[in-house]
Amino acid sequence: MLRVEKLSTFYGNIQALRDVTIRVRRGSITTIIGANGAGKTTLLRTISGLNKARHGLIIFEDQDITNTPPNKIVKMGISHAPQGRQVFGDMTVAENLELGRYSRRFANRAEYKQDIEMVYEVFPILAERSGQLAGTLSGGEQQMLAVGRALMSRPKLLLLDEPSMGLAPKVIQSIFKTLFRLHEQGLSILLVEQDAKIALETADYGYVMRTGKVALGGDAGELLENEEVKKIYLG
Amino acid sequence: MIYGSATVFTLLLVVTLSIKGSTGLQWIVSGLTVGSIYALVAMGFSVIYSSTRVINFAQGEFSMLGGMLMYTFASKAGVPVPLAFILSVIIVTLLGAGFERLAVHPLRYSSVITVIIVTIGFSIFLRAVAKWIWGSDPVKIASFSGDKPIRFLGAALVPQSFWVFGFTALAVLLVFLFFNRTIVGKGMTAAAANPDAASLVGISTSTSSLIAWTIAAALGAAAGIIIAPIKFAAYSVGTMLGLKGFAAAILGGLGSAPGAVVGGLILGVLETIAAGVFPSGYKDAVAFLILILVLLAWPQGLLGRRQDVMA
Ligand SMILES: Nc1ncnc2c1ncn2[C@@H]1O[C@H](COP(=O)(O)OP(=O)(O)OP(=O)(O)O)[C@@H](O)[C@H]1O
Ligand SMILES: [Mg+2]
Repeated sequence: MLRVEKLSTFYGNIQALRDVTIRVRRGSITTIIGANGAGKTTLLRTISGLNKARHGLIIFEDQDITNTPPNKIVKMGISHAPQGRQVFGDMTVAENLELGRYSRRFANRAEYKQDIEMVYEVFPILAERSGQLAGTLSGGEQQMLAVGRALMSRPKLLLLDEPSMGLAPKVIQSIFKTLFRLHEQGLSILLVEQDAKIALETADYGYVMRTGKVALGGDAGELLENEEVKKIYLG
Repeated sequence: MIYGSATVFTLLLVVTLSIKGSTGLQWIVSGLTVGSIYALVAMGFSVIYSSTRVINFAQGEFSMLGGMLMYTFASKAGVPVPLAFILSVIIVTLLGAGFERLAVHPLRYSSVITVIIVTIGFSIFLRAVAKWIWGSDPVKIASFSGDKPIRFLGAALVPQSFWVFGFTALAVLLVFLFFNRTIVGKGMTAAAANPDAASLVGISTSTSSLIAWTIAAALGAAAGIIIAPIKFAAYSVGTMLGLKGFAAAILGGLGSAPGAVVGGLILGVLETIAAGVFPSGYKDAVAFLILILVLLAWPQGLLGRRQDVMA
């Protein structure tokens, strides 16, 4: 469904991605793990069009989407829940979700109802908090809102950047359970995580990134057994 | 800070009224009149700034052009006032939108400073063209409903003031509804707070910029038209009006629409009282004294937020 070929992205003269090649199969959860600064966020930002690629290709459903602006990418069916949640803090939960379907704002009201009910069913707490300002939600609730907002565009592929960041183990478990449910309903997910254990346990495939390069890739189960991965990321 | 300055400001109004009586009232009403105009111009600055981080130094020229076009349509060609008003606003708005597409949009990957310098160039260009079309003599535009003063508590108030208040209230309301009640406006508000997250839900920065310039040009033109019967219109009035509007925007907090209104009204009243109390040559100095003091002591302004202020 998604192919990234020899992708290179720069910040000024600093190269953050070096010939990154990955694949996301339709219906899979694919995870990317790696230490701080490995380039995981940069990879997601380049796919969703926030950063420009200098070399390489991004192919989504047989279309070249390299360097397409973000508002077009989301229309094509890729939705990105960014690192650090990035909810609109001065707006209510409901308004955040409403903006989540900005790319589909010309669709009819009935569909809007369906979308918002779907998100409220996935994250019932958001329904309870619908009138609350997003900035006053707890970290876990904000993460759910960030994912919920991303789902509002009816994505085929969800890009998720460190949903576990700063959350208690219990909350992380519940969010990952939800992700797995979405995956069972047919959503493809590209998941960036620092928490390698839970990421590899949830995912079908995994890649390990190191200093802007893909160092390893394969079945998530195999990576869990890999000596190097065990030592560095699970140890 | 907000309550402190509100108290000081109210005190000033009370003192003015009690010492000067009906003259004081007259000062305050005419202060609120020019203040409304500063508020509209300040809103133009803030709308563009919050969407694009650009300070549009041609903002005052939109007002100048509004006034001059009104003169051509209403005073020269005899077009009825409402139609002349609408025509003038539309032309200036198209000009603002056209400038955004032709000059600002192609620079979207350049630094903000580059765009700001281009707006300075644009303002010089507009002034030159206006001088060429209309000459350098000030022109007079008739008030919308005559000049017979309205007597109120011993003060004589010009009827045009009420047109100014009405239009300003309407414009502020429309802008508020757009940014808080429509999905596109909410998207622009969201984009001002968090551009990346807004892009990811599909809000196009390029469209936001175009809409912001369109709104700012319309606000500027309307301001220039409704004040023209009270002041006068000339090719040169845009510069000072732009600077005053900028001072008002800074005072209220650049990027904040309510701040622009508050800043404009306060600036207008202070300036008018100062003009009454001190020799009139010092009037314009008030705005810039306020601008400098606010920038030094309270750069985020009365209602602005710290993150909205450029580092
Ligand atoms: N805006 C930026 N300007 C300059 N360099 C940047 C910028 N953003 C990221 N970088 C650099 O690019 C490299 C990759 O950063 P990136 O954020 O993609 O890493 P990451 O794998 O997501 O890390 P983390 O796990 O900490 O989120 C780092 O060396 C980082 O310092
Ligand atoms: Mg990251």
